[in-house]
Amino acid sequence: MKKSGFAARVRSIFHPDEPNMTVIVPALLLLALASIILAVGLGPVSVHAVTVAKIVASKLSLLASSVDRDWTQLEENIVWTLRMPRVLLGMIVGASLAVTGVAMQALVRNALADPFLLGVSSGAAATATLGMLFGVFAFLGTYVLSISAFLGAAATIIIVYAISRVKGRIHITQLLLSGVVIAMIMDSITNIITLSAPNALGLHSAAFWMSGSLAGAKWAYLTLPLIVMVCCITALMISYRSLNALTLGDETAGTLGYNVNRMQKLLILVASLLAGVTIAVSGAIGFIGLMVPHLTRLLVGSDHKRVLIVSALLGGILVVWADVVARMVIAPQELPIGLLTSLVGGPFFIWLLKRRSRE
Amino acid sequence: MKGDHMRLQVEQLSFSYDDDPILENIRLHVGNGEFVGILGPNGSGKSTVLKNLYRALKPNAGLLLLDGEDLLRMNNKKAATKLGVVGQEQAVPFDFKVADIVAMGRSPHKGLFDGDTQEDKVIVQAALQQTGLADKSRRSYSNLSGGEKQRVLLARVLAQQTEFLIMDEPTNHLDIYYQLQMFDLIKSLKITVLSAIHDLNLAALYCDRLYVLRDGRLYTTGTPEDVLTPEMIRDVYGVHADVTLHPVTGKLSITYVPDSLQN
Repeated sequence: MKKSGFAARVRSIFHPDEPNMTVIVPALLLLALASIILAVGLGPVSVHAVTVAKIVASKLSLLASSVDRDWTQLEENIVWTLRMPRVLLGMIVGASLAVTGVAMQALVRNALADPFLLGVSSGAAATATLGMLFGVFAFLGTYVLSISAFLGAAATIIIVYAISRVKGRIHITQLLLSGVVIAMIMDSITNIITLSAPNALGLHSAAFWMSGSLAGAKWAYLTLPLIVMVCCITALMISYRSLNALTLGDETAGTLGYNVNRMQKLLILVASLLAGVTIAVSGAIGFIGLMVPHLTRLLVGSDHKRVLIVSALLGGILVVWADVVARMVIAPQELPIGLLTSLVGGPFFIWLLKRRSRE
Repeated sequence: MKGDHMRLQVEQLSFSYDDDPILENIRLHVGNGEFVGILGPNGSGKSTVLKNLYRALKPNAGLLLLDGEDLLRMNNKKAATKLGVVGQEQAVPFDFKVADIVAMGRSPHKGLFDGDTQEDKVIVQAALQQTGLADKSRRSYSNLSGGEKQRVLLARVLAQQTEFLIMDEPTNHLDIYYQLQMFDLIKSLKITVLSAIHDLNLAALYCDRLYVLRDGRLYTTGTPEDVLTPEMIRDVYGVHADVTLHPVTGKLSITYVPDSLQN
């Protein structure tokens, strides 16, 4: 009796008609926080979650005095210098990729759009390696990698979008095929560069770009992706009504008073910024932008007011845990995280494709 | 009074795809409170005229005035508070509820940071009621029949609360019951309507005035009684028809006479 009451309450919270956002968002925030603490503790050398929480508390100046220092310096180094930035980067990267998926899906009006599938990740990686090799964008200073990746992402989105737009409508076969082909071309460029000049690129091997990794994250890597993520999500949240209207089609969005052209440019800009900056720090982690928005819509419906924030949180949590698995399964060796997400995401895509063709 | 001032005025409208002229020198007007129909066979340019009016297409030449203001220079939001459009139905890629789609009709009345108010909810509920969708408001739009989808689009434009309505064959997927109900409803709203209509009998029943297009040019215009003649129907549609004044409705009634039944 009690159990069925509980189940009914869960159903009423996650009811796609009237999801209870005042419960869902705080719950996901708590889950994200718990995931960060737990994930920091997990790895080839484990640290107890309570110790992790204490070390984190000691770093916050407000709480520092109230914490007993009962941990080793090694534990502190592992928690604060090695794993914390990595886990936080995972959170930011996951949220950014999920929201990139939402933005691209609104742009092409199709749930099959994803930065990895449509070649955007490959484009970003190709220009990033080009930038490193030739110092093409050296005048841009410390953010060379991010900015060159952004330019590649933007170019790829525009090319794929232009190819697949036939008579004012997005042709889905054209979209997916042009995405695949552009990805192949871009991946070849990345491979040629990384193979011919391995020393010039340091840590950034071909494997890093193709299959993603959060290893080697530093605190300094977090700033730019965090700023970009916050700005882009805010920009999209403000225009949630026009995102909803765009899903009804360009003409309808126009008759509802929106400047469709400007909205499409905003979506291209936001998606390229998010994808470019993320890929510059983590390589290509595939299928997050495909899976997370879809799961989100199952949970809370399709209204972008809800989809954006829930996708961001779910995406972050998913990538943090995928990264835990990546560093645990064959420890002390590491799996590239992108291999894991593709292993799960590939079948997910096929399932989505089958389901849609039945409708 | 009906038609005492001009809502929409179109002069010398021309449009072409690349170098292929689709519309030439279209001239039309709609007075306040009028129900005006655009007739013509498939490909005659009915939809293209409407798309130029609601700015989905950009005319090559012509003057378009809505309430005396240049429609081509009006900002999107203002146009959307004056002009509602029921276009031809399009697939919606994500799963929205009927009530969500209808609520999108409130968009032009919303600023960047405005939430949905109680007033919006009342307006949406009324629009659902008027279109007979009140019991389907929580249903998923993509699972509806073609006719139900058309009613949702009408409900959305009712929630938009514009005084001028452009409709592109709004009843082509509807059962006859809903065709009549929809046009009766629109008539009862006392708003100004310009609609492309496929069915000549419906045009005769509801329209105050008609424009007939053939090959992208205006063929004739006038009241249904002036326009719907056997000669026009033969010239424009290529069929023989018998036109009589119907004793019950007091409106024209058109009966098509196929070649096989002529003697």
